[in-house]
Amino acid sequence: MNHVILDASFLRVGEAGLTGLLGYAVVFTGLCLLLALLLISGGIFKAKAKKAAAVVTPAEPTPAAEAKTAPGTAGEVKLYDVPDKEAAMIMAIVADKLQKPLNELRFISIKEVK
Amino acid sequence: MDIIGTLKGLLTDSGFASLMADGGWQNLLMIVIACVLLYLGIKKKFEPLLLVGIAFGCLLVNISWFYSKLSAGNPDALFHQDLWDAFLDPNDPAYHSYGAILAHGGLLDILYIGVKAGIYPCLIFMGVGAMTDFGPLIARPSSLIMGAAAQLGVFLAFFGASQIGFTGAQSASIGIIGGADGPTAIFLTTKLAPELLGAIAVAAYSYMALIPLIQPPIMKALTTKKEREIVMKQAREVSKTEKILFPIIVTIFVVLLLPSTAPLIGCLMLGNLFRECGVTERLSDTAQNSLMNIVTIFLGTSVGATMIGFRFLAVDTLKIVGLGLVAFGFSTVGGLLVGKLMCWLTKGKINPLIGSAGVSAVPMAARVSQDVGRKFNKNNYLLMHAMGPNVAGVIGSAIAAGFLLKVFGG
Repeated sequence: MNHVILDASFLRVGEAGLTGLLGYAVVFTGLCLLLALLLISGGIFKAKAKKAAAVVTPAEPTPAAEAKTAPGTAGEVKLYDVPDKEAAMIMAIVADKLQKPLNELRFISIKEVK
Repeated sequence: MDIIGTLKGLLTDSGFASLMADGGWQNLLMIVIACVLLYLGIKKKFEPLLLVGIAFGCLLVNISWFYSKLSAGNPDALFHQDLWDAFLDPNDPAYHSYGAILAHGGLLDILYIGVKAGIYPCLIFMGVGAMTDFGPLIARPSSLIMGAAAQLGVFLAFFGASQIGFTGAQSASIGIIGGADGPTAIFLTTKLAPELLGAIAVAAYSYMALIPLIQPPIMKALTTKKEREIVMKQAREVSKTEKILFPIIVTIFVVLLLPSTAPLIGCLMLGNLFRECGVTERLSDTAQNSLMNIVTIFLGTSVGATMIGFRFLAVDTLKIVGLGLVAFGFSTVGGLLVGKLMCWLTKGKINPLIGSAGVSAVPMAARVSQDVGRKFNKNNYLLMHAMGPNVAGVIGSAIAAGFLLKVFGG
């Protein structure tokens, strides 16, 4: 068994203790400063989210009222983010699957699931 | 044809004959150690992805070393320790010459260049970043304090090592085992004490695998039953924008604070940005799968190659194994004590068991917090809460490594 110490720079008790303490303090300081940054940015995002929620709540009925209707359905089907062509295709597929004529079916709305 | 002479030549040239030569027993012992490590990796599943590669690299290098102690003249040797000693010797013409390694080295020498240049640990960190969800840390930033506290073992083991015959640079490399972060330990050791790389890598990965055995007794000793039963409230939801900004903020801030952390923190956060930005799915997938797997193979086998008998079988290896355990234990203590303090400050809202996860070892340490928590309260799910200190520990150990590199690297 032999020793593999190659470097000659040994530390005295005081030096080693001080280096250890300083290192621990640096890690703490670094992560505490990062914590402060994250708290600030988190606060900004939370405030933004709160504001957005407050704006969205009363405005909720508006999109329903503004939703356009599919052509050829007597204005009954409300479309949310769905083009006319796709809506017609979906209605045709549903009618085909149910084996019912399209004029016997009543579609309330078609909405794209995101 | 001289049949007897040919057979005699074959026998004397074989590796078996070299077992009887000067120092041959050391290689034989290393082959046994390699087989034990293979058993632990394969049968006991001790960090198998790395330990199997390390053990096989150790096996290969100790067999190929059989041929000649002066392996530079031996084209069959896979790894040439003397070339690497010359690489580190300022008085040698091959000092810091990768050309000499490429010209005279074997397969494992060439793979080891990636370790020596600090490339593999950083690429592994990129993969870790791509696999890590920092959401729990962003939702509860106070986890960072536990991640910082859990670096206690790093500096205590550093102090201990410096007082039992290791140099400052070697002590720093031994201390970082307490960071419970394999790539960081390898990165720092190749820079500061490459002669200890094999022992430190094996100690670090073995203890990481043993976390489920090392931590629970300390966790139970330092917490009360009431504390262990605390159920934590779900943290707030983190927006996509916050997750995208996090790696950018951390990189700018930490690298400005400690530029020596740039390779580790930079790669960790780049991997995480690939994951979170939503427009680089292919890169994120490559970083966390293909790239990570390739680098793991190269890293494991080439680190194993440094475990050559005459270098590894030293009293210092036993000291490193002992100090590694001290480092792990005290890091767990540090995280738990701050966990307890935060529990007290928040009037029982934080379960102190999550503090032990601050030792990195993602996600093993977080899983241990979850398991211990559930043992005392079946309805307690601490995993996501423990992931906060766990990933904070990764950043903490990178900062600790950056500090030690700054102090002893120059």
